[in-house]
Amino acid sequence: MVAAINDALDIALGADETVHIFGEDVGVMGGVFRATDGLQAKYGVERVFDTPLAEAAIVGMGIGMGLAGLKPIAEIQFAGFLYPALDQILSHVGRFRHRTRSRYHLPMVIRAPYGGGVHTPEQHADSPEAILAHTPGVKVVIPSTPADAKGLLLSAIADPDPVFFFEAIKLYRSVKEEVPVGDHRVPLGKARLVTRGDDVTVVCYGGMVEVAQKAAEAARTAGIGVEVVDLRTLVPMDTETVLASVAKTGRVVVVTEAPRTGGFHSEISATIAEEAIEYLRAPIVRVTGFDAPYPPFTAIEDVYRPNPVRVARAIKQVMAY
Amino acid sequence: MTPPKSAPTQPEASETDLGYQAAQAAYDAAQQDTNMVQIVAPDGSVVRPDLLPAPDIRLALYRQMRRARHFDERGWVLYRQGRLGVFPPFGGMEASQVGTAAALTKNDWLFPTYRDTGAALTLGLPIARTLAYWRTSPHGWHMPADLKVLPFYIPIATQYPQAVGAALAERRKGTRNVAMAFIGDGGSSEGDFHEALNFAGALNAPCVFILQNNGWAISVPTRTQTRATDLSRRADGYGIPGVRVDGNDALATYHVTAEAVDRARRGEGPTLIETVTYRVKPHTVADDPSRYRTEAELEGWDAKDPVLRLRTHLLQEGLMTEASEAELLAEIAAEFEAALQEADSYPDPTPAEILDHVFAEPTPQLRQQRAQILAEEQQ
Repeated sequence: MVAAINDALDIALGADETVHIFGEDVGVMGGVFRATDGLQAKYGVERVFDTPLAEAAIVGMGIGMGLAGLKPIAEIQFAGFLYPALDQILSHVGRFRHRTRSRYHLPMVIRAPYGGGVHTPEQHADSPEAILAHTPGVKVVIPSTPADAKGLLLSAIADPDPVFFFEAIKLYRSVKEEVPVGDHRVPLGKARLVTRGDDVTVVCYGGMVEVAQKAAEAARTAGIGVEVVDLRTLVPMDTETVLASVAKTGRVVVVTEAPRTGGFHSEISATIAEEAIEYLRAPIVRVTGFDAPYPPFTAIEDVYRPNPVRVARAIKQVMAY
Repeated sequence: MTPPKSAPTQPEASETDLGYQAAQAAYDAAQQDTNMVQIVAPDGSVVRPDLLPAPDIRLALYRQMRRARHFDERGWVLYRQGRLGVFPPFGGMEASQVGTAAALTKNDWLFPTYRDTGAALTLGLPIARTLAYWRTSPHGWHMPADLKVLPFYIPIATQYPQAVGAALAERRKGTRNVAMAFIGDGGSSEGDFHEALNFAGALNAPCVFILQNNGWAISVPTRTQTRATDLSRRADGYGIPGVRVDGNDALATYHVTAEAVDRARRGEGPTLIETVTYRVKPHTVADDPSRYRTEAELEGWDAKDPVLRLRTHLLQEGLMTEASEAELLAEIAAEFEAALQEADSYPDPTPAEILDHVFAEPTPQLRQQRAQILAEEQQ
């Protein structure tokens, strides 16, 4: 997947002179995950550049660049390092169009690797997407496949509004597939049906899609048809696709690796409860992380991060109700 | 511990603020600082004739200072009449705002704080829009297309890194335009202030940072804010020039800012300018400063009034007569009243306008919420 992201950034830089990529270690080094590998050599130090180490200023500077007509793509090295920039994000990133009545808009992309499953140190595995989804005026995109990563990233870059683009660290090198060449786009706001089934809908995104897929395969051998819905974008959320699936199956499991309380899984669950309760044959079950900091303890990391066994258990639970 | 036998000195040092008195003494010494750039003394006499701006500039600065003061004074009245919302007055800081903003052209960027109405008016923000802004009307959020003034920043210091980005963007586009950002002494404690100065230096951004040291962050005096006594020297830590200027001397603030703007245009990078001034007025029109400062403290500062200082100078130099000033004041008052009428003509927003301008294209969720508001209006 990291190669697909690199490809998308390469295409964007090549197509549009205003595109600028910056952050910590994105230049000479090509990023700690190599997402920007080779881009500085190809496009120069003015367009792909390393910044001093300060997340608030990286985002704040990006805001100014965007207001002044450039297309900034900022990299925050890990989503768990977004926190120093939250003032810039919550106070400003989503507000410029609104507070200037569209005189200014912010065509900015902020990329951040997120999530667990690869035994990173403390704070490197956080999933703060709900904080962003709760912030008016910003879009939130989380791909789960290389082709989607490329297609959604190019759409995010073309979007006139600010987009947070979370990349599951677990998927960077673990998933491989053929990726369409050239300017491949996947529209924001359209979910993807990963598997089709009539019994249970599993709603998920990013790093949880492959976990849900494995659980769905296990369920299929037990004769349960599982429809895995990959949201792809949290904002805007494709409510229509989710509700259509729920109307068909009547049973819902929502999976994220974020902490439980106040997570985006709660938004998905509430939307289904409000819009489709008459179709539900069982209470919605959420499979999530816990209300504790993500544990950097290799031996028990999987207790926190949902795995196929936990998702399969939830599928059985909604079937048995 | 046992109580001290001798009477404590004022203010009383407590166990928890060891060093407070030393810091205050250092601050008091800094107030005697003669290292500040000053061109006209409080009595109107010229102390640096070599730095005097041209007569037409001096007159233009006076006009802008008077416009700003008129806004501030009428703003108070309008607030008491219920015709303006809560706004942060800036009277007494006109030289700090007007002299600095006057060094820009309309191609440059201005990132003002909530207290910098005077700076925004100087660069050309229409009075009617400014009134609308402080009336909490969305019409105050419509920025003129020919002006790069950002909306008044409410969060503290966040505009500093953004100015760095705008400045870099101008350089990338090959222009000679610069970005100017304002902050207060309190704001200079924020991390964003320091990050921005560091970024601007490291990336050689054409930025001019104005640090208006007006003595107060709401109720907290500068000496409690920081042990530093010369805030312009904070620039040293980032390898950029720092300048300290008498913030009540419009000719001095203009002179040093124009130099910094020129440096930035020439590609020589950012400058930090500390304007030493005073917040004569309360933090906002709804604030009661008697809880944290004495009337006596104001006395010395009234004598330093920046508008009267320039007025005295212009009269002494024969650049203005009392008659020509009276004409100017009448003109300014008429301009303001016309703008007030225009602001009065702006219609109130409709409920569904809450959802406008969130994204270029409203999301399905926003469309649904709009339908909900419209449906509730029908009921």
